[in-house]
Parts: sequence; C-alpha cells; structure tokens
Amino acid sequence: MPIAADPTPTFADYEHPDRLVSTQWLSAHIGTPGLKVVESDEDVLLYDVGHIPGAVKVDWHLDLNDPVERDYIDGEQFAALMSRKGISRDDTVVIYGDKSNWWAAYALWVFTLFGHEDVRLLDGGRDAWLAENRETTLDVPDSPVTEYPVVERDDAPIRAYASDVLSSLGTIPLIDVRSPAEYTGERTHMPDYPEEGALRGGHIPTAVSIPWAKAAAADGRFRTRAELDEIYGEIVAQEKVIAYCRIGERSSHTWFVLTHLLGHSSVRNYDGSWTEWGNAVRVPIARGDEPGDAPSKQ
Amino acid sequence: MAEMPESLAEIVEDFAAVDGQNKLQLLLEFSRELPELPAHLEQAAMEPVPECQSPLFLSVDSADTDHVQLYFSAPPEAPTTRGFASILHQGLHGHSARAILDVPDDFYLALGLGDAVSPLRLRGMSAMLTRIKRHLR
Repeated sequence: MPIAADPTPTFADYEHPDRLVSTQWLSAHIGTPGLKVVESDEDVLLYDVGHIPGAVKVDWHLDLNDPVERDYIDGEQFAALMSRKGISRDDTVVIYGDKSNWWAAYALWVFTLFGHEDVRLLDGGRDAWLAENRETTLDVPDSPVTEYPVVERDDAPIRAYASDVLSSLGTIPLIDVRSPAEYTGERTHMPDYPEEGALRGGHIPTAVSIPWAKAAAADGRFRTRAELDEIYGEIVAQEKVIAYCRIGERSSHTWFVLTHLLGHSSVRNYDGSWTEWGNAVRVPIARGDEPGDAPSKQ
Repeated sequence: MAEMPESLAEIVEDFAAVDGQNKLQLLLEFSRELPELPAHLEQAAMEPVPECQSPLFLSVDSADTDHVQLYFSAPPEAPTTRGFASILHQGLHGHSARAILDVPDDFYLALGLGDAVSPLRLRGMSAMLTRIKRHLR
C-alpha cells in the first residue's frame, strides 16, 4: 500500500508531485511502516558522520555499479542489495544525498531501471536537512532482511547507449548538462576532477547546453514549475530526448526534472556520457558554443 | 616502501591491516583528526580558488626545506577530502622537501581503498600530493 504523497502545495505544480517529499514531510513520517529512507552521496564517508534516523546507505560505486564491467548491477544483484538493506518491492523509498541530490537522482534512476515503483527524492537533499538542524544519528539501522524479487533490468525506456546516440544523431535531440567550459571543449574534465577526463574535449554534435544546476535553486531544492518551464520549454516540446554529462550522474538529475517534474515521457540518460564519447575512436565531436550539425550519413 | 617517510609508511600499514568497512572507519578517524588551520591562514582559506570547486585549501611553507610545514583545510561536508588531507598531514608534515618529493605518486594504491572509495576519486589524493610537490619544486 503506497504511502500518500506529500501535499506540499508547491509540489502540486509539478507533473508528478508524488515523486518529491519535503524535509517537513519526511520528519513527520520517519518510522512509518513501508517507508524506507536511503542516503546516496558522492562522498562515501558522509553517511557515517551522521544521517537521517532510519536511513540506509546505498553507494553509487560499490552498490549500484558492477564491480568489473562498466555497467549497472543485474537483477539478482539488485534483489540481493534491496534484501540486505531491508527494502521490499512495494516499499516507498525516499532517497536523499549531497550535492543537490546528484547521486540521489542517479540512485533513483537506477532503482527505476529495475522498475521499483514508488521511489521519491527529498527536495533539497542532505544539505536542506542539515540546514534546518533536523535530527541526525550515527546508528546504522539493523533492518530485517527482506525477500526482494529478482526483476531484470529494463534499460530501453530510460537508458541510451553510445550506439543509440550515434544512430539517432540529428533526429533525437540531445541535451548536454555539463558546465559550459566542458561543453565548448575548453576543459576535458570537471574542475578538480582531472582523473575523470577524456582524451578529446567538446560535445556531441547537435547537443544543446543546459547545465544541470539551472534546475536547482540556491538552497539545493528544485526550482518552481514556472522557472523550469522557462529553462526546459523547448526541450520538453520534443518528442524524445537524450541527456548526458560526464559519467551520467548530473544527467540523472536532469532526467528526474524532465521526467517527473515536467512530465516528459521519453527521456533517456546516456550514462556512458563524455567519459565514453570523448574517449571513443571515430565519433563526431563539435567544439565551441554552437551545437553543431549532425554529420551527413555516409 | 623504502622511499616513504616512516610516519607515512605506518599509516599505509595501518590501512593494509584492516579490510572493507573498517578501512572507511579508519579514514573517518583520520578526517576527524585534521587539525584546525593556524590563525594566520584562516583568512586566506576563506578566499575562493578561481575555477576550482574543490573544497580543499592547501598551504605549503617550505621556508625551512628540512622541515616543510603543511596546512590543509576542508569543510565537514567533505569528510573524504578531510581524510585524505589528514593522511598526508600526519604522514608528511615536518619532513624535508626531499623526502616529500620522493614519495611515490601512486603510494595511495597501497592503502587498498580502491574497493571502498571509487578508484577515480581516490586519485584525488594523488592530485593533492602533486599539488604539494609542485610547491616544492
């Protein structure tokens, strides 16, 4: 039985208001049967310095990625992870994290690959919770192991591979959510993430630049519906969209905005992103401020 | 390990002696042990570094090349960065410029943190060491 959505009035403007919860709502619902809270951060130690009471940690690198191949875990691994974390298939899962929910959005997107139905984000993430001096704990919950069913990952609706991007260049609009300097090719990596660079700089031809952070207000919460409509209006009008960044985490944030806040039904995240494209041999690249044209078919 | 100062080699051994989740706990302990900046550096640490979103502030005082002074600061919301900084502080603070320059750039691999921290992010520690060495060359 799903838990009723957070009735916060500003959420009602979003297309799927049931995908967001406020800090107030979560405070009032901690401990509700059927509600599980998950923390997913970039910094692997943050959960251990204090987290929302009852929250379990899911690490993007250790838990969600396959340890050998560059891919996500499979259905059996996901079921084992959920069972270990005490999450049932029909639980309402609220995810939050650092950096305006980058990794929380990424985790939510991976949960969606496995069709976990009721998964929500805490608006504003970890920073919003701490800024309001809400309760945190060092206690790691000892959740009873659950029987989570093995559900095969279904990539097709929300995930794009490099081959999909290449074959649809010029037909499916692309959105590049990295920083402007990464888009133009001035930088081959994010400031201070030199180890996650690429051999070539620039962007995928035809991609428009809409940095992910435009969707976040100064306090890390999502911007209002009216503001988001302004930013993404032209993108939302397209029939299909593919978003990418560097390794797929910032574009998960944009995927969440387009899919759940603005109600676009066909957005895919190209998680290979620039660390794949910018290192690939013989793929077209555009440099500078302009999206550039799709190469004519050979 | 012959090239490493003993203080750093001991830290590497401490990490090698524990596994999995305990490595993270050890890193967390280091992050808590990072000392506060001396007063004369506090102002400098508040000035943002242009084009750099790293939360790390680093100051290298090599006036006395036999006893190089290293100062780090990173905010509480970046405990991994604090942990890395604290390892370098406890391992290298007060050593000679020569000894610091001789530390292998990939020494962090011996900490065995690659399975617990993303190997990509772990290289951030190597980048920190590189920044220190750049000040000493």
